[in-house]
Amino acid sequence: MTSPARVPLLRLEDVHVHLGRSHVLQGVTFEVAAGGVTALLGRNGVGKTTTVKAVLGLVPRVGTIELEGRDIARLGTPAVVRLGVGYVPEDREVFSTLTVEENLRLAEQPGGTAAYDRVHELFPELKTRRRQRAGTLSGGQQQMVAIARVLLGENRVLLVDEPTKGLAPKLVTEVAELLERVAETTTVLLVEQNLAVVRRLARDVVVLDAGAVVHTGPADDLLSDPDSAKRLLGVASRRSA
Amino acid sequence: MSTLVLLLATGLGLGALYFLVASGLSLIYGLMGVLNFAHGAFLTAGAYGAWWAAENLPGAGDDGFGFVVAATFGVAVGAVFGAVVELVLIRPLYRRHIEQVLVTVGLSLAAVALAQGIFGADPRPFPRPGWTSGTVSLLGASVPTDRFLLMAAAVVVLLALLALLRFTRVGLVIRAGVENRSMVEALGIDVRRTFTLVFALGGAAAALAGVLGSVYLGSVTPGQGTSLLIFAFIVVVIGGLGSITGSAIAAVVVGVTQQLANYYAASGVGDFSVVLLLALVLLTRPQGLSGRPA
Repeated sequence: MTSPARVPLLRLEDVHVHLGRSHVLQGVTFEVAAGGVTALLGRNGVGKTTTVKAVLGLVPRVGTIELEGRDIARLGTPAVVRLGVGYVPEDREVFSTLTVEENLRLAEQPGGTAAYDRVHELFPELKTRRRQRAGTLSGGQQQMVAIARVLLGENRVLLVDEPTKGLAPKLVTEVAELLERVAETTTVLLVEQNLAVVRRLARDVVVLDAGAVVHTGPADDLLSDPDSAKRLLGVASRRSA
Repeated sequence: MSTLVLLLATGLGLGALYFLVASGLSLIYGLMGVLNFAHGAFLTAGAYGAWWAAENLPGAGDDGFGFVVAATFGVAVGAVFGAVVELVLIRPLYRRHIEQVLVTVGLSLAAVALAQGIFGADPRPFPRPGWTSGTVSLLGASVPTDRFLLMAAAVVVLLALLALLRFTRVGLVIRAGVENRSMVEALGIDVRRTFTLVFALGGAAAALAGVLGSVYLGSVTPGQGTSLLIFAFIVVVIGGLGSITGSAIAAVVVGVTQQLANYYAASGVGDFSVVLLLALVLLTRPQGLSGRPA
């Protein structure tokens, strides 16, 4: 379990998701403590991405989902996002026909102050490529756009889904460094298959299997125990980053 | 030569009419995935709205500024009708595409029946400004002025829509929504408001087509929208779903092809040639001429 001293920022209790005839989430229950990175782990197809989408309301869900004690399970996606839940999707999902600048402008919240200074400090390359169509960027550059979009606003929690998927090793390190900096100021729920990245970033882990939580606890405890890692994740925990 | 000029001008005028109907259809499908079979009803509503206004609305009439007032009223009727259809019929069926198709098909049939019940099945003479009955001499051909009216209206609507898409936040949301609606919502944007606006814009453009189409035909009938809708759908598919520029190009190609085939082959071959063109595009370039949105 997460440390009792820390206040849960995000809490899911008995969350169910049906997609067509599949019962994808079968009573998911866990908490994300405020501050730092909590990693959501599990084999392929166990419901990690669906869990993130359920928090956002991108899939129909039932159960309790609370953000700082407020039930958000009945809110639509835009309302959830406006409460401070940022989302970096799997496969980036940048708007390929729009320019980098337009992708960022789209993420500006009406009435809010867009943190362009912070974004340009973290991603100076995006400033020089602002007129380039996002679809013509490399995978790493598209990931920058996807992360920059959410950093423009003020977020209570960031849901980051497989940010290193498909990236070259050098870029994986860069993205990990970036998330490390982001996590200094914002709570992150991270879906990640790369255990080296998890080891580097995560304080807590939540492990899913067959649509339900099978393990929660400190990341170090799980990753330092090869037998548990093998049993829960189906892979050996390696130390190299 | 003069015959060719006349055919081209008439084809362009017809293409302009198709574009006015197709532009809204294309945006609605591109953004919302809704195949709106009731789009022809917006056209009919606009035409009857203008016809009614010309006879009953103070300040409106069949010539000069009075006609502008009547046409504006008709366009407003189409816009309001479009917005109401989205709010009342489409929104409750969000993401239920088969039900959306069924409800729009039902509405299109009901709208024709309603128009017949209120205004009768016979064509009603449509108010048209005197100058639209004249002709302009162009390269030896006497081209009716209403063709230029249609072309001018289509160009204005095309430029206005492109400006909306290119330079406004609403346009940015539409372009992004056409590409990935879920991700737009995941950025905190309520796309449903944009849906209503797009339906209203589509309704307004279709209503304008209804008004100008009635000027072109000289009358208004309950089934007018339905017959134009078929060609508008073909234009949308040929142009590329969600692409305004593609629809504009396809509308010109379809209108001109139809006219040339009707004259140089035989009457009726025009419609067949358009279907042939559609099949050709679907076989060789299924994503349409533009291949991308906006």
